[in-house]
Amino acid sequence: MISSSSSPPPVTESGSELLSVPPVNPEPGFNFAYLDEQTKRSIRRAILKAVAIPGHQIPFSSREMPMSYGWGTGGIQVTASVIGKEDTLKVIDQGADDTTNAVNIRRFFRKVCGVATTEKTEEATLIQTRHRIPETPLKEGQVFVYQVPMPEPLYFIEPSRTEANKMHALEEYGPMYVKLYEDITKYGRISLAYDYPVMVNDRHLMNPSPIPRFDNPKMDMNPALQLFGAGREKRIYAIPPYTRVKSLDFEDHPFSVENWDHACEFCGATDSYLDEVVIDDQGGRMWICSDTDYCERRQRERSGSAKKLGQ
Amino acid sequence: MPYVAVKGGEQAIRNAEALLKAKRRGDQAVPELSLEQIKQQMQLAVNRVMAEGSLYDPDLAALAIKQAWGDLVEAAFLLRAYRTTLPRLYYSKPLDTSVMTIQRRISAIFKEAPGGQKLGPTFDYIHRLLDFKLAAEDNDFVAPGSDKFDIKESTPRVAHTLAQEGLVIPPSDGENNNNHAIEDSTQQAAPFDITRQSLTTPTQRDARLQNLARGDEGFLLSMAYSTQRGYGKNHPFAGEIRMGEVEVVICPEELGFEIAIADITVTEVQMVNQFKGSKEIPPQFTQGYGLTFGYNERKAMAMALVDRALQAKDLGESIDGPAQDEEFVLYHSDNIEAQGFVQHLKLPHYIDFQAELNLIRKLRSDYERNQDLANSASANAEHGVSNSQEVTTA
Repeated sequence: MISSSSSPPPVTESGSELLSVPPVNPEPGFNFAYLDEQTKRSIRRAILKAVAIPGHQIPFSSREMPMSYGWGTGGIQVTASVIGKEDTLKVIDQGADDTTNAVNIRRFFRKVCGVATTEKTEEATLIQTRHRIPETPLKEGQVFVYQVPMPEPLYFIEPSRTEANKMHALEEYGPMYVKLYEDITKYGRISLAYDYPVMVNDRHLMNPSPIPRFDNPKMDMNPALQLFGAGREKRIYAIPPYTRVKSLDFEDHPFSVENWDHACEFCGATDSYLDEVVIDDQGGRMWICSDTDYCERRQRERSGSAKKLGQ
Repeated sequence: MPYVAVKGGEQAIRNAEALLKAKRRGDQAVPELSLEQIKQQMQLAVNRVMAEGSLYDPDLAALAIKQAWGDLVEAAFLLRAYRTTLPRLYYSKPLDTSVMTIQRRISAIFKEAPGGQKLGPTFDYIHRLLDFKLAAEDNDFVAPGSDKFDIKESTPRVAHTLAQEGLVIPPSDGENNNNHAIEDSTQQAAPFDITRQSLTTPTQRDARLQNLARGDEGFLLSMAYSTQRGYGKNHPFAGEIRMGEVEVVICPEELGFEIAIADITVTEVQMVNQFKGSKEIPPQFTQGYGLTFGYNERKAMAMALVDRALQAKDLGESIDGPAQDEEFVLYHSDNIEAQGFVQHLKLPHYIDFQAELNLIRKLRSDYERNQDLANSASANAEHGVSNSQEVTTA
C-alpha cells in the first residue's frame, strides 16, 4: 500500500549477508543441471554452431523446463548445458541479484547442480541475466548468458519467420533502416529504448534481448563469451569474445545512450544505469543503481558497509 | 506503510508456495481428493491433460490436476516439465486404429457404415439439464449391457469406401509431397519429432499433426470454427469418429520382433472435405485427420478441421484465413508456450520501463520545444501580418 507520507523507503544493511555461497551437494533425484546428458549435448552443439556464426539464430529443440516459457527457460537451458561443478554462478534480473526471478533461478541451480553462487560480477564464471549487462566489465573466460523473449530482430517488421529467415540469408536489412529512418522523420530521434537492434560481425542483424540501449555498447569487443537462449522460440545465438557489435544508426544521427541528471542516491555513481524509485505518492523520486552488486561494492569501498533497498 | 519495491528473497517465494498449498487443500474438514477419485471421476480432465501434456499416464495426469488446483493448463505444464526428464527410448510402430476395441463409432456421411455404429458414452443427445439428483452422493449408476462391439475385431474405415472409388485424395504424409500412393508410409524416412527437433517453417504434415495433437483445445476449437464461418472454407463432413483402446507396439532393434507395451485410449476423427480440384487434380474429396490421447472428441474434431485447412498450401488453394496459415497456427497453438509468455508480463520490467520513461520524456520535451517555436513563429507572423495590414490601410 502506498502511503502519503514522504518518508524514505526502508533500507537494509547488507554487510551481514553472504554475497558468495560455497557449493553444496545437489538434491538427489535429478540429473546434474536437470537436463539429461543427451539433451545437454544437443544444446551444446547448437551453441557451437552459434559461436561459429556470430549473431545468427540456431534452432534448437527447447525442452519444457519446470519454469514457464517467458521466464528465462532459454537462458536456463543454455546455462544448464554449459555449467560444471567448478562453476560459480551469478543470476541477475533487472541488474539486481535480489529480484524474485533471479532468486528463483539461482535457487533452481543450487537445487539441481549445487554449484557455488555469488553476487560479485568479478567472481562469477557464469552469469545469467535478464534485461541488463553489469556495470563491472566482464572478463576473458566468463560466460554471459542472456534470457531472450524474442530472438528475431525483424519480428515487428516481418512477423513471418519464413520470410525473416530469407531476409537474414540475403542480408536484406533495408526495412529495418527504413523503420529507424521513419522514427527520425516522425520524432527527430530513433524511438527504441530497449531491444535496440545491433549488427554482429558486420553480417547478422541481432536482437540484443530487451537490455536498455544504454547497455548495447558493452557488447562490442567484449572479452567474455556471450550466449543468448530463447526457450519458447527455440533459438540460440552467440557473440564470441572480441566480436564487433554495432548498434544501428545513421551518419547524421549517431547512436547514443541515455544519461541521467541524477547520481545514485546510495553510491553516488553517475556512470551507471539508474532506477527511478517512487518513494511516495506526492511525486517523490530517488535514483539508485540498477546493478546492485556494482552499487554495493562502491558503497563498501567508500564506507565499509552498504545500503540497499529492502523490506 | 511506506512504499516497498517488489524484490523478494527466498523466504517470500517459500511463503507463497506454502500459502498456495494450504489454499489448495481448502477446508481440512472436507476429505482430501484422492488421485483415484480424480482418475475415475474426472476422466475427461485427465484426458485433456494427457493430450496437451503430451504424456499418456492417467496417474501422473491425476496428480498434476490435484497439484494444479484443478487448473488444466497448469496441469498439462506440470506433465510437460516432467516429460523433459524422461529419456526417449523407442519410437512405437504406427498405431493401427482399424484394430480398436471400440467404445464409440459414428459416421455422418452414410446411413449405415460397414462395421456398424455405436453411440457409446456421449453427451450428444443428452438434454443439458442440471441433474440435481447428482448433487446427492452415493449415486449408483449401472452401465447398460454391452453388445457384441466389445470384441476386438478389425473395423474398416468409412473413408476406405470412398478411396475404393478414387473419390478421396490420400493426404500427403509430410515427407513426400508428390507421393500419391502412401499405403506404405511407415517404410519411409523417420517422421519429424517436435519434441526432439525445433519446429521451423515451412514444415510438413507430420510435424503439423504432432503440433496439433498437443495444441490447446480452445485454440484449435476457435481456429476450426473460423473455417466453418468462412475464413478458409472447405465444407467438412464427419466421415468417421471412433474412440476406444488400441495397442502400442514397439520393435526394439536388439530384439528384432514386435512387443506390445500398452493399451491406450484414443479418439480418432476423419473428416471428409470438399475440394473443387485444380489444374492437376480432378475434383474429389480431401481428408482432415485428428487423433488425441483419451476421449477428447471436440479436440479431435477441431484438429481434423485445422489439419485440412493447413493442407491448403499442398493443394494449391489460396490462403485467406488464419487457420490456413501454417506459421500462425503452429506457433500459437501450444498453451504451455502461450501461457508462459503472456504471464511473463508479471515479471519485473522496470529497466525497460525506465528506458521508455526516459525516452517519452525526451520526446515530450522535443515536442514542447517545437510547439513553443511554432507558437512564437506564428505570433511573429501574425504580428507581421497586422503590421502589413496597417501599412496597407494607412
